[in-house]
Amino acid sequence: MIIELGHFALILALFVALVQASVPLAGAARGHVGWMAAGRSCAVIQFLLIALAMLALMHAYVTSDFSVLNVAENSHTDKPLLYQITGVWGNHEGSMVLWVFMLSLCAAAVALFSNNLPPALRARVLAVQGMIGVGFLLFILLTSNPFLRSFPPPLNGRGLNPVLQDPGLAFHPPFLYLGYVGFSVAFAFAVAALIEGRVDAAWARWVRPWTLASWCALTIGIAMGSWWAYYTLGWGGWWFWDPVENASLMPWLAGTALIHSSIVVEKRDTLKSWTVLLAILTFSLSLVGTFLVRSGVLTSVHAFATDPARGTFILLLLLVAIGGSLTLYAVRAPALKGGGLFAPLSREGALLLNNLLLTCGCATVFLGTLYPLFLDAMGGPKLSVGFPFFNRTFVPLMVPLLIAVGVGPRLAWKRGDLLGALQRVWVAYIAAAVVVLAVFYATHGGPVLAVLGLGLAAWLAASVLSELAERVRLFRLPLAESLRRAVHLPRAAYGMTFAHFGLAVSVAGFSASAFDQESIEVLRAGGAMSVAGYELRLEHVDRIAGANYIADDATIRITRNGSLVAVVHPERRFFPLQQQTTGETAIRTNLLADLYVALGDTDKAGNWTVRAYWKPLVPWIWIGAVIMAFGGVVSLSDRRWRVGAAARARAIPPPVPVAGE
Amino acid sequence: MISRRRRTKAGSATRKIWLPIVAIGFLLAAHALAVEPSERLANPALEARARAISAGLRCLVCQNESIDDSQAGLAHDIRMLVRRRLSAGDTDAQTIQAVVARYGDFVLLKPPVEPATYLLWFGPAALLGIGLAGIAVWLRRRPATVEAATPLNQMERERLDKLMNEGQG
Amino acid sequence: MRRALYLLPLLLFLVVVGYFALSLRPGYDPQVLPSVMIDKEAPPFDLATLQGSGTVSLDALKGHPVVINFFASWCVPCRIEHPLLMRLAQQDHVPLYGIAYKDPAADASRLLGRLGDPYRGVGLDLDGRVGLDFGVYGVPETYVIDATGHIRKRFVGPLTEAVVDHELLPLLRQLGRS
Repeated sequence: MIIELGHFALILALFVALVQASVPLAGAARGHVGWMAAGRSCAVIQFLLIALAMLALMHAYVTSDFSVLNVAENSHTDKPLLYQITGVWGNHEGSMVLWVFMLSLCAAAVALFSNNLPPALRARVLAVQGMIGVGFLLFILLTSNPFLRSFPPPLNGRGLNPVLQDPGLAFHPPFLYLGYVGFSVAFAFAVAALIEGRVDAAWARWVRPWTLASWCALTIGIAMGSWWAYYTLGWGGWWFWDPVENASLMPWLAGTALIHSSIVVEKRDTLKSWTVLLAILTFSLSLVGTFLVRSGVLTSVHAFATDPARGTFILLLLLVAIGGSLTLYAVRAPALKGGGLFAPLSREGALLLNNLLLTCGCATVFLGTLYPLFLDAMGGPKLSVGFPFFNRTFVPLMVPLLIAVGVGPRLAWKRGDLLGALQRVWVAYIAAAVVVLAVFYATHGGPVLAVLGLGLAAWLAASVLSELAERVRLFRLPLAESLRRAVHLPRAAYGMTFAHFGLAVSVAGFSASAFDQESIEVLRAGGAMSVAGYELRLEHVDRIAGANYIADDATIRITRNGSLVAVVHPERRFFPLQQQTTGETAIRTNLLADLYVALGDTDKAGNWTVRAYWKPLVPWIWIGAVIMAFGGVVSLSDRRWRVGAAARARAIPPPVPVAGE
Repeated sequence: MISRRRRTKAGSATRKIWLPIVAIGFLLAAHALAVEPSERLANPALEARARAISAGLRCLVCQNESIDDSQAGLAHDIRMLVRRRLSAGDTDAQTIQAVVARYGDFVLLKPPVEPATYLLWFGPAALLGIGLAGIAVWLRRRPATVEAATPLNQMERERLDKLMNEGQG
Repeated sequence: MRRALYLLPLLLFLVVVGYFALSLRPGYDPQVLPSVMIDKEAPPFDLATLQGSGTVSLDALKGHPVVINFFASWCVPCRIEHPLLMRLAQQDHVPLYGIAYKDPAADASRLLGRLGDPYRGVGLDLDGRVGLDFGVYGVPETYVIDATGHIRKRFVGPLTEAVVDHELLPLLRQLGRS
């Protein structure tokens, strides 16, 4: 009964979405206030309906209602409660419900928290979101309906994939989807602006918080995915250039470019049509990612069970949504005239370079991910593109970007002094040199690129910090004065500092992976091995039982120079229902390096393969990402977003930004 | 579907249904930097070459893993093939060619640089070049200075005064 | 000219969609790895037979087109195609030879005993080396080899009626004629 309610709620949501997609649009065209306002109510109602549908599905999972086909295929009574709930989105149909849930959440948020928007713009934005909602609700109801019943109901379900039975499932997809779907707001803003024929500083200011929020969510989502892969898969890898990983990286790169580009629109009234295009492209990349994961055209560990019918439907969705918006762009964008002029060596120039490098990076990932598909579809040879390609093409693009991140914020608007800026970064040069020399010394000349990477990260971190110090005139004014300035700095400045600093931290983590050390040995109980100066002793291996698995649990004692560091328990779990074995790695971290221990195979005669890795700075990869996202949140909390943006009607120009801001 | 004894992929054409399950099965089975101690060659130089070559070969039944990382049966077989060839005195190129002769260029993680892949390898640099050129053209095309505004006529001047006074009110 | 530039994103997008559409066309499975040994000489092999006496070798099979099927007792899809193999052997009189891939003799015998033996001979590829030489990456895989010992076609995954009737049998007829 509840399932039918959920199903009905979803169908109702489709009709509400249809209304939301049409009425406000007509209202904006005619200036009909009532119709425009309808968009807000529709968005909120749609959200409530979809939330209801989601709750109904969760209820079926939690109560193990196996008469529901989706539950029977993906759940089991033995599954722990956390996975009963989060397993809702561990399959294709359920994850699509999560997708439209996030979509309706974003639309409702726009409806409720955008009192500063002119009604016509808001109406158009909600209408576009309604259209997207229509597309995806149709997709769910026609091809991927989780509310279908199966009769007779099986006694028990097929269970959730053991790899997914991890707390990561509770967080990774929701954050990721919030990010993907959140960019639909920027997309809707772009389309609305094109329909209106106007993009200005006010538009950029309105669109920024939504873009920032989605970007933060996506950053966290990607970082979580990487961390989850790291501790689950057993060999310490954290990025595989897997097509689905790439599908999440591309919107992130485009979204980062979008955030920076919209700054230029807001401050200098230029780069308008480019920013609008980026906003369209970012969400388009999210949609393309959805297509890639669910259509079966690419092989990926993330790929859901696929069906060409679904692939075709999503492709049609893509054609309408992206094709339509790009057509609108081709027609309306030429009319968007820019205003501000700037010299190439200026902050605008640096941001333009930022955009160029990020876009090229995004295109590189796109090319690498889809090239095998394109070549094969044309009848060419079957190739695979792995990490060597990306290392040689993507990484070289990011190096100049990191330099731009360090130097760019020091350049003034309109016309900057590059030489001066490069000189003021002297602190950073010293920091970089110190780090390079130190690493070189400590590792007796490790891989050159990694050492340079660490030096670059140090340079960037020092540059970011010294830029902040410059703003508050640290050491040049009395400390109290500097502190006062620091307190009155706009939050967006701190946001930028944190975000760029977080980037440096992550880059250090990426580079240090070249210094990993590993040790793989076959041990009996009592045997020992060593890695990176740590000694590991396999004490004993016990058999234990979990909720729905049987595990071999190893007790390993880690010591260094004789003193105890930790006792860890890597496991190998066997899930009888799915007849699959997974590993639970044991990671001991001191936030500077990880000691990663995994239990391998046994020959059943008491010999166990134990794999141990020492991975320096690897936690910094995810710590850096968290700092980046935190920077985004700090920026979001800036008062300027919440107090009304520059009202359009008035003749008063927006405040001239202080040079160096 | 996956025997407990073997971790080799159990079938492919009905992949549409089984792929995720099987693939995930591989993923689990493949949770290892999987060179077993028993596989290692006695000669450290040869073993180092074997590891380097393995790191560049794709595991065909896994997702985005090299045979060096994967614990799948097929990965093990190819690792042993590599070591056999190296032990027999083949060069790195000959060893890699032996694997490619059986499985095609798909097994290489680094796509070969050939006419079919010029767009892939040189595309990014070309895009960067085009982008830079485009920006240069765009920067040059814009007027060097903002044109002097045409002076206001009487009506416009009065309207401006009115608005400015309103703003101050 | 500037207007044309604004059309570029749309045009590029349509090209990409075109490729996606191509990859969705029915009958095309983007996951299947095509064999690189088509039209090349099949790798020579000489395997002990399941029955224990004699060997199955490539040389002995030359002279007429044959079909070699890699199977295993631990392979579930192999059981699905098994009835079709029986049909091929008994009704269509296809010269079908089997290679038990990484399968102990006892297990393979048990399987064939239970489901029927469609093969004229079964070789034991215990360590999978012959499979490796053929470029096998999963079971079941079926190879069509012509009279001179060249591989003409590979079928990945369990055979289906459609594939057998529309591709395998016509190919064998064509090879038999030449």
